[in-house]
Amino acid sequence: MNFQSKEIRIDWENFDFRRLYGLLLIIPVILILAVLYTSIYTVKAEDIGVVQRFGKLVRKAPPGLHFKFPFGIEKVTMIPVERQQKIEFGFGTTGATNSSQSSNIREQELERSMVTGDLNAATVEWVVQYRVQEPELFLFKVREPADTLRDISESVMRTVVGDRTVDEVITIGRQEIEADALNMLQSVVNKYELGLSIDQVQLKNVNPPQPVQPSFNEVNQAQQEREQLINVANGEYNKEVPRARGQADQKIQAAEGYALKRVNEADGDVSRFNAVLKEYIDAPAVTKRRIYIETMREVIPQLGKKIIIDNQASQVLPLLQLPTN
Amino acid sequence: MKNAIAPLVILALIVLSIVGYSAAYTVDETEQVIITQFGKPVGEPIVAAGLNFKTPFIQDVNRIERRVLEWDGSPHEMPTKDKTYILVDTFGRWRISDAKQYFLRLRDERSAKSRLDDILGSETRNAIAKHELIEVIRTTKDRIPMKDETLEDAPGNLGVLYPINKGRAKIEEEIFTKAASKLTDFGIELLDIRFKRINYNSSVRQRIYSRMISEREQIAERFRSEGAGEAAKIIGKKEKDLAEIESEAYKKVQEIRGVADAEATKIYAGSYNQSPEAIEFYEFIKTMETYQEMLDKDSTMILTTDSEIFKFLKDIEPSK
Repeated sequence: MNFQSKEIRIDWENFDFRRLYGLLLIIPVILILAVLYTSIYTVKAEDIGVVQRFGKLVRKAPPGLHFKFPFGIEKVTMIPVERQQKIEFGFGTTGATNSSQSSNIREQELERSMVTGDLNAATVEWVVQYRVQEPELFLFKVREPADTLRDISESVMRTVVGDRTVDEVITIGRQEIEADALNMLQSVVNKYELGLSIDQVQLKNVNPPQPVQPSFNEVNQAQQEREQLINVANGEYNKEVPRARGQADQKIQAAEGYALKRVNEADGDVSRFNAVLKEYIDAPAVTKRRIYIETMREVIPQLGKKIIIDNQASQVLPLLQLPTN
Repeated sequence: MKNAIAPLVILALIVLSIVGYSAAYTVDETEQVIITQFGKPVGEPIVAAGLNFKTPFIQDVNRIERRVLEWDGSPHEMPTKDKTYILVDTFGRWRISDAKQYFLRLRDERSAKSRLDDILGSETRNAIAKHELIEVIRTTKDRIPMKDETLEDAPGNLGVLYPINKGRAKIEEEIFTKAASKLTDFGIELLDIRFKRINYNSSVRQRIYSRMISEREQIAERFRSEGAGEAAKIIGKKEKDLAEIESEAYKKVQEIRGVADAEATKIYAGSYNQSPEAIEFYEFIKTMETYQEMLDKDSTMILTTDSEIFKFLKDIEPSK
C-alpha cells in the first residue's frame, strides 16, 4: 500500500499539463480503434443480420460489410436464412456439424417407437429439413424454436402414423405419410409462428419392432414360396399342354392324310376296275380266263410245294406225306 | 485554486453517470419489464423494446419473457379407459399474458413450470383415463386405409383401422380448454398442448408383439396354402386340358377317318354295283387278288390235271 502514496500523489500547483499531451494523443487513437472494432461487421452470404438498438429491432442487414452504433448500443444477430438445416429423429448421423441435429441414443429409441392405427407397433425414423424464413419471428416470437420444432415434428409424425395401419406405415403408405406430415408440420409451425419453412419430411428406416421382424420376413418368404409353387405348376402346364396340342394336331393331320389316301385309293381302284370291266364286258370269257391264268402264273411259283396229280389218280392222296408244321 | 475545478468536474461526471446508469435500462424485443419500487410493482409493464428510464436507485427492473415459452412434460405411465398402461409424454406452449399477475402470483419461471406440471399433468391423466387407447392414437374418423393387395382379405383385423369417436386432436383440445382456464389466474395463456409420444408400457408391448407375430404367421400360412392350392389348380387344369385336347383329337381323327371310309365305300360300291356283270367281275377279280395275297411259300397246293391251269398237262384236248 505504501507505493500508492508515493506514485499517485500529484502536485497540482506545479503540474505541467504539457507533459501529458503525448499520452493524451494515444487515447483518441485507442478510442477510434475501439469504435471501429465494435461498429464494423460483415454478414455472410447465407446469413441475414438482425440489428437491435438498446434491444429494439431497428433493421435487418443483407450480406456484406456494414456499420452499427458502437459499444453495444446496437447489437447484431446472424440468422442463416439461406441454409437448409436438418434434424433427425430416431437415428443420428455421426459427425454432424450441428450437435442438435439428433438426440442421444436413449432418446432416439423413444423417438422412433410408435403405435399405429391398428394398435400395432412400428419403429419410424425420419428427417425434417427446414429453413429460417422470417428471422424476426424466429428470434423474437418463441424462446426455443429448435426444441419446439423437434416437439412438433414428433407429435405430427405420431398423429400421421396413428391414422394408418402398420402395413401402410411400413410399405405402401410411405409417400402419403411424408406428404401429410409435411403439410401438417408446416401448418403447426405457422400456428406457432416459428418463422420456419419446412422443406421436406423424409422417412428413413421404417420397420416393425425388432422382435416382430422375423415374422414379417416370414410373410415375405411365404409370399415368394407361393409364387414359386405357382410358377412350378405353370411350368409343368406349359411343358405338357402345348406338346399335347402339337400331338393332337399331328394325329388330325395324319387322319386327314389317311382320308385323302383312302379316297384317292378308292378312286384309283375304281378307275382301274372300271377300265378292266369295260374289257370284260366286251369279252367276258377270254378276259376272265386271261386274268385267271395270269394270277396262277404269279401265285403258283411262289408256293412251297406243288403237287399235281392225275384226275384219275385221286387215290394217291392218302399216301402223301404232308408236312406237319 | 483555479485548477481545483477540474477534479470537481470529473467527480460530477462520475456521479451523473452512476445516476444515469441506474435510471436507464433497455428492453429487448423478447421481454417485457415490470418496474418495482421497494418490491412493489409500479405502473403497467413496459412492452416497447428500446431504451427506457426509471427513477434511479429506488426502482428495480424485473425482466419477464415476452416470447412463447416451452413446457415439456415428463413422461408418465397411466391407464386408459380400456386398462391399457401407456407412457404419455406431452408438451405445451404458453406465454405470459398478464405480466403483473404473473409477477405477483408466481414471480419466476420455476414456479410457473411447477404449476404447469400440476395442471397439465392432471388434465392429461383425466383425459387419458376417460378414453380408450385408440382414441388418442387416431385422429381422422373416416379415413379409409390403403390396402396392400397382396394382403387382401387377410385373416383377423389386418389392414383395418379401429373406429374412433373423438380422436387425438379433439382430446388434446379438451385438455387444452380445461387447463387453459385454470392458468389464466396466473397470468399465463396456454397456447397449445399436444401429445408428443404415446407408447405401450413394457408388459403391454410384449403382448402387442406376440399378437403381431401371430397375425403375421397366419398370413404366412395363408400364402403357403394359397400357393399349394393355386399350384393344384394349375395342375388340375393341365390334366383337364390334356384330356380335352387328346379326346378332341381322337374325335376329330375318327370323324375324318369315318368320312373318308364312307366316301371310299361309296366310291367302291358305286362302281362295283353298276351292273350284274360288274358284280360278277368284281367277285372274280377280288378272288384272284385274294389268291395272290393268301398263297405263299408255306402253302402246299395239290392240283389235279382237271384244274383249269393244268388241264393241258395231260392232253391238249382235255376231256370234259
